[in-house]
Amino acid sequence: MERARRVAAAVVDPEVPVLTIEDLGVLRDVRLDGETVVVTLTPTYSGCPAIDQMRDDVLLALTAEGFRHVRVDFTLSPAWTTDWMSDAGKAKLEEYGIAPPTHRAGERSGPIPLSLGVKCPRCGSLRTREVSRFGSTACKSHFECLACLEPFDHFKVH
Amino acid sequence: MSDIKPRDAAAVAAAYEAEAADVHGDVSVDELALSAELTGADASATASDDVAAYALRLGDDALILSQRLGWWISRAPELEEDMALGNIALDLLGHARSLLHYAGTASGRSEDDLAYWRDEHEFRCAWLFEQPNGDFAHTIARGLIAATWMQELYTALSQSTDATLAAIAAKAVKEVAYHRDHAVQWTLRLAGGTDESRRRMLVALADLWPYTDELFRDDALHDRLEGVAPRPSSLRAGFDEVWDAVLAEAGIVESDFVHPRIGQSSGGGRHGNHSTHLGPMLAEMQVLARRHPGATW
Repeated sequence: MERARRVAAAVVDPEVPVLTIEDLGVLRDVRLDGETVVVTLTPTYSGCPAIDQMRDDVLLALTAEGFRHVRVDFTLSPAWTTDWMSDAGKAKLEEYGIAPPTHRAGERSGPIPLSLGVKCPRCGSLRTREVSRFGSTACKSHFECLACLEPFDHFKVH
Repeated sequence: MSDIKPRDAAAVAAAYEAEAADVHGDVSVDELALSAELTGADASATASDDVAAYALRLGDDALILSQRLGWWISRAPELEEDMALGNIALDLLGHARSLLHYAGTASGRSEDDLAYWRDEHEFRCAWLFEQPNGDFAHTIARGLIAATWMQELYTALSQSTDATLAAIAAKAVKEVAYHRDHAVQWTLRLAGGTDESRRRMLVALADLWPYTDELFRDDALHDRLEGVAPRPSSLRAGFDEVWDAVLAEAGIVESDFVHPRIGQSSGGGRHGNHSTHLGPMLAEMQVLARRHPGATW
């Protein structure tokens, strides 16, 4: 059982391969139902296409480790949040060149959006600019650093 | 055709006839099971007929708006907007999949059955969502009304006594909040930009505003779903509060875009009566699935 959890937890996000699905908070549960290992995943965003790949990767990883009966369930509740991302995950993201979520997902204050400073993962400067609120995947926005001039992805607070 | 022996003339003739009848004779379609569908809090939950009818309305709103927005990919004013509108469409498609999956449990139909194998009069989306993309300002105005309404809706629906609807809504509300931010930012930018951008934003608001009231109309279904679904009319105050704040920030007053002689649309989308815009859009959305049932790639 503990081995099954370790194997499932080591599966990486196909879009951000430095993060495991455990770092990302997508892995919700690993349990035994009779002889079947049941893994429960939750999608990051409702339409995230990577979830199908994650399911296949979990099935393959557990099967390769000798688990013969494996099932992957999905749940939407409770809704995923970047608050579940581990500190190790955030550190790995930054090292990889993606600015991690800047703060905890809290109550939104009003209809007119405000933005907070995002630190450049390359040079550490806070002189950065949001180029686009939507990035290469649903979970990221696109920034550029005004100090070192490099563009970078920011993992959105969600 | 290689297994037909040349001297079997009748079989050859039959084969040619079959090939001529199927102009896509070299396309092979595998009857594979489609990928597992995402489900709500309880994967085994089955919707009652009323809950399914309600989920169908919301699922159709999300699906039709998603399909509309997808058109912009490669056509938006800038690359960042290709990505933004595409990402919003993807979130909406996720909501549509969850809602249509749940709606389908009442009648044994899959989300794909509902998306691809219903005809125009069987769709239950409100007219706002099927309106054409227009210019970029029209897409923003439609998105602003849609996301402002959806945020009120999903906030309330996340308290539903129906666990599946509550789970879908609790997830969706965070995403539509971001869609609303996008629409608000562009509304401010266009309204406060050049004379031309402001003129177009006001034209777009004038064109889309008449489709707002339909979203807030109660009917008999809501009477039967007390506690499960919020009454549409109960969402109006929250919507107006946000709407007024955005217009004030944009320096727009209602008389800038509300024409005194143009009232609100009668909009019969919830009962299957649609504007002329839905049919052609569905034809494009459904043609592949209908021509090649079960096709995958």
